[in-house]
Amino acid sequence: MVQNYRLDKIGLVNREKKLSFKFNGKKYFGYEGDTLASALIANGVHLVGRSFKYHRPRGFFGAGVDEPYAIVQLYRNGETEPNVRATEQELFEGLEAKSVNCWPSVNFDIGAINNFLNIFLPAGFYYKTFMWPRSFWYRIYEPFIRKAAGFGVASKEHDKERYEHKYEYCDLLIAGSGPSGLASAYAAAKNGARVILAEDKPRFGGSLLTSDVSINNQSGKEWADNIITELKGMTNVTVKNRAQIFGYYDHNMLVMSERVTDHLPKSDEFTPKQRLWYIRAKQVVISSGSIERPIVFGNNDTPGVVLASAAKEYMKVYGVLVGKKPIVFTNNDSAYETAIEFKKNNINPIVLDSRQDSNSEIVKEAKSLGIDIKFSHVVVAAKGYKKVKSCDIAEISEDKQNLNQIKNIECDCICVSGFWTPTIHLASQSGGKTKFKEEIDAFVPDKSKQKEVTLGSANGVFTLEETLKTSFEKGFELSKEITNNNNSQQIPKVSEKKHSKHDKFWCVPLPKGKKYKRFLDFQNDVAVSDIELAIREGYRSIEHVKRYTTLGMATDQGKTSNLNGLQLVSNIENKVVPAVGHTTFRPPYTPISIGAIVGREIGKHSKPTRKSPMHNWHEKNNAVFVDAGVWLRPRYYKRGNEGLFEASKREAENVRKNVGVCDVTTLGKIDVKGPDAAEFLNRVYTNAWLKLPVGKARYGVMLREDGIVMDDGTTTRISENHYHMTTTTAQAANVLSHLEYYLQLVWPELDVNVVSTTEQWAGAAIAGPKSRDLLQKLFPDTDVSNEGLPFMGFVEANLFGVNARIFRISFSGELAYEVNVESDNGNFMWEKIIEIGKDFDLQPYGTEALSTLRIEMGHVAGSELDGRTIPYDTGLDGLVSKKKDFIGKRSLLKKAYNEKDRQRLVGVVPLDKKTSIPEGSHLVKDPKGKLPNPKLGHISASCWSVEHNNPFSLAILKDGKNMIGSKLYAMSPLKNKTIAVEIVSSHYVDPKGERVRS
Amino acid sequence: MLYIKCPHCGLRSQNEFAYGGDASVKRPELNKEISDQEWDEFVYLRKSPRGKHLELWHHVSGCRQWIKVLRDTSTHEIFNTYKSEEKVG
Repeated sequence: MVQNYRLDKIGLVNREKKLSFKFNGKKYFGYEGDTLASALIANGVHLVGRSFKYHRPRGFFGAGVDEPYAIVQLYRNGETEPNVRATEQELFEGLEAKSVNCWPSVNFDIGAINNFLNIFLPAGFYYKTFMWPRSFWYRIYEPFIRKAAGFGVASKEHDKERYEHKYEYCDLLIAGSGPSGLASAYAAAKNGARVILAEDKPRFGGSLLTSDVSINNQSGKEWADNIITELKGMTNVTVKNRAQIFGYYDHNMLVMSERVTDHLPKSDEFTPKQRLWYIRAKQVVISSGSIERPIVFGNNDTPGVVLASAAKEYMKVYGVLVGKKPIVFTNNDSAYETAIEFKKNNINPIVLDSRQDSNSEIVKEAKSLGIDIKFSHVVVAAKGYKKVKSCDIAEISEDKQNLNQIKNIECDCICVSGFWTPTIHLASQSGGKTKFKEEIDAFVPDKSKQKEVTLGSANGVFTLEETLKTSFEKGFELSKEITNNNNSQQIPKVSEKKHSKHDKFWCVPLPKGKKYKRFLDFQNDVAVSDIELAIREGYRSIEHVKRYTTLGMATDQGKTSNLNGLQLVSNIENKVVPAVGHTTFRPPYTPISIGAIVGREIGKHSKPTRKSPMHNWHEKNNAVFVDAGVWLRPRYYKRGNEGLFEASKREAENVRKNVGVCDVTTLGKIDVKGPDAAEFLNRVYTNAWLKLPVGKARYGVMLREDGIVMDDGTTTRISENHYHMTTTTAQAANVLSHLEYYLQLVWPELDVNVVSTTEQWAGAAIAGPKSRDLLQKLFPDTDVSNEGLPFMGFVEANLFGVNARIFRISFSGELAYEVNVESDNGNFMWEKIIEIGKDFDLQPYGTEALSTLRIEMGHVAGSELDGRTIPYDTGLDGLVSKKKDFIGKRSLLKKAYNEKDRQRLVGVVPLDKKTSIPEGSHLVKDPKGKLPNPKLGHISASCWSVEHNNPFSLAILKDGKNMIGSKLYAMSPLKNKTIAVEIVSSHYVDPKGERVRS
Repeated sequence: MLYIKCPHCGLRSQNEFAYGGDASVKRPELNKEISDQEWDEFVYLRKSPRGKHLELWHHVSGCRQWIKVLRDTSTHEIFNTYKSEEKVG
């Protein structure tokens, strides 16, 4: 297929490499170096989508990030991506894209009926129409709007691409590689600063790629190429293209998204698709350039209406004509470059200039080339539906209020220029103020808040000479402050054409009797009439006008529309633009993918996985694992066809009958050392610790200052000034921070040190009536009799040559011991226990059996110590010392904590002794009570009691102390279950605690 | 992301730290008789000033020291940082 709009001798694309691609199912060709937009325009395709609200046909308006509506759905390597700007997406072999926001096709779109109903779709339409009746919202309105709105569909498939995060530090971060970026980067780099230069586009150089200037007798592009080549060769410089600095955060942290392989058919195995850089910079240079803003006129959204700068870029960079009968409509000199470029390529443009005359160098050149220039003329309206076919033009009065006779002239594109808007997004995000610069009718950065400076056209400076001068100086000055070097560069000689003043004209008045839509915001379909309506309806603040009309919202963030919107509001309100102010610029500057934000932290990589030293043994022996915080713990060991219920029941029964072993390595462990350790523990725990002898363990409960139980565990006095504290798996990190807080800030006079030893020790709990016999075989040289190692005793022993600690503590309520060895010996210990345990019918048990054992014993754990309970609630009030003070004690005097019917831990058994009670069920008196049915308590933990062979649960119940024996109902609306239950003691097994002492 | 100068380790990113609240809160002494109001003020009541705020940060993924940071709550400017035992102001 012939590319009818491709020029032969101009452009930077690689004509040696032809690429095929598909748009809306049709095959086309382009060249390497094209964007999807330039390749489509080369093929004469201008209709790319339908507008957001009215479904009007839309084409290309810009040539880069400025593009408000050429948004497509992209298909690449078996994946699909919505919200892709055709003007930014580089062409690759086999690219496929489709139009969005149209059905059944972009050429025939049913939603376009909205265009003819637009009288019914004014600003705030959704707010006004879909309010009533309320019940319609979820069923009818919302699904309809969902279907009608949006630019494409997100993929439901798992994204197979890789995304990476990178952290970087530098002296100078430079956002944008136009003249100011290149000059400041070069000056700073030559002065020894560590520089990162980021360019959003694939090509470096910014405006130098298209402007007709010379620097040191080279063209702008040649000069830019030479600077970039030199910078790339320097070790203190990182140069990145396809990398957009999209957000400016606190303390000079900026985030950059680098599109590493989006321009290729697919990523190779070791390259990420995108990389997100977190960059901390000592200084930031914002050289983000400026975006041409349109002049508003009738039907200015018709495909074929483009920015004059974009038309020039399509010619000079891509060798593509946006049209062959162009109108150039301008209020300033810069659009003449576009007109001249057309002329050079044998196309005859007509220039309509709203100014009365101009005699600047460039206008003279245009005149001398024979270009048809009509001063005091404007485009009134574009004509044509899917493409511009002609336009109505008229002479305009000096005060710009009245139009003379309207004439229609034939054309196939309208290149519009309403002067330039500095891109101040990053400067504004940095927290710096902005100020309105009258000469350019736009905002520029004012005083900086952070260490940044904005240079070049982003700062409202539109001459190359001044830009290069200040940028070289600034780059040198900033780098000197950091490096103390003094190597300054010579500022190059510049030749450029001087421009005369632009015309403060931005909107063509409507001719009498015409109701053309004049769009301000092309992405969100906001027209002049919408803003007028919003103001008539009483919206005054620009932030409110924005939200009511959607002006400047969504992915475009008002890049081409903000200032014209502000002009309009200030005109109606008879204010000046700075008094209206502008809306907030929010990151990201353009959309970034969720994948880039998430990076590698997906699935199992979202957090570390911790495994005990015995993990491999568990794996080999059919353990089914469960996530316990970041730990992986065996939940049960599967035998044959067993499920969770059968296996955990078998394991728990074996503990009660014989002996079991459980991996308890995950328990938090903290070494508490120092002469004041006992005093410290005495303040941390609710019970008394001063008299604990060496070689003994004690169970302790610690509170927060508000009286709520924070954690529990046993702490053992290893030697005079050395305690070994254990915490629950979940609270280990919090407890350590808590202890450090009190030692460092509240009681620094205490001579105590704490350090986590969780990873240093592997632990095995050996529980069951035969555990002592097994222990004796494991430690033949140690006296483990009831006298030698009594309940809560501790002894250091030798496990076949390995140092071990034996604690006689029990979580299961059985006679039990915990053996700790250094982590490296964990597997050795475990295998020895398994090997010798064979003689005692030992079985390993997982967390499910462990829970069963503790629940039927009435031992509280995380589900009862849930951050809402005080010691009394969980039956731990016996451990609260009346004599001494401790953390949180004063709170226990609170009235609510001492009510007579205060909630309390109880046991719960279903009356039928069969139905398991779902955890989280509410306990109520009357199952058919009127809603809201008063909740008396809730089920905190449930198990199948192996001792009694029926279900058993723990609950926190109001007035639980006096409720033993009463009948209630456990209701779980989630599981749709109502179960009649009896309240019993929480100590369902061995209420006197004889077994642990046996 | 804030850039916090740990007085023990130097400049580190915020994600190494945990926030610890108002540094001017003083825990009542142990074993001291105090009113409900005094205790409640210590446990629950905090000012939420706009502007300068002396606060605690815990260098959790670093030296594990609690430090004091004088920060502007509206601009995030950090004026100074101190070791836990340093007296401020």
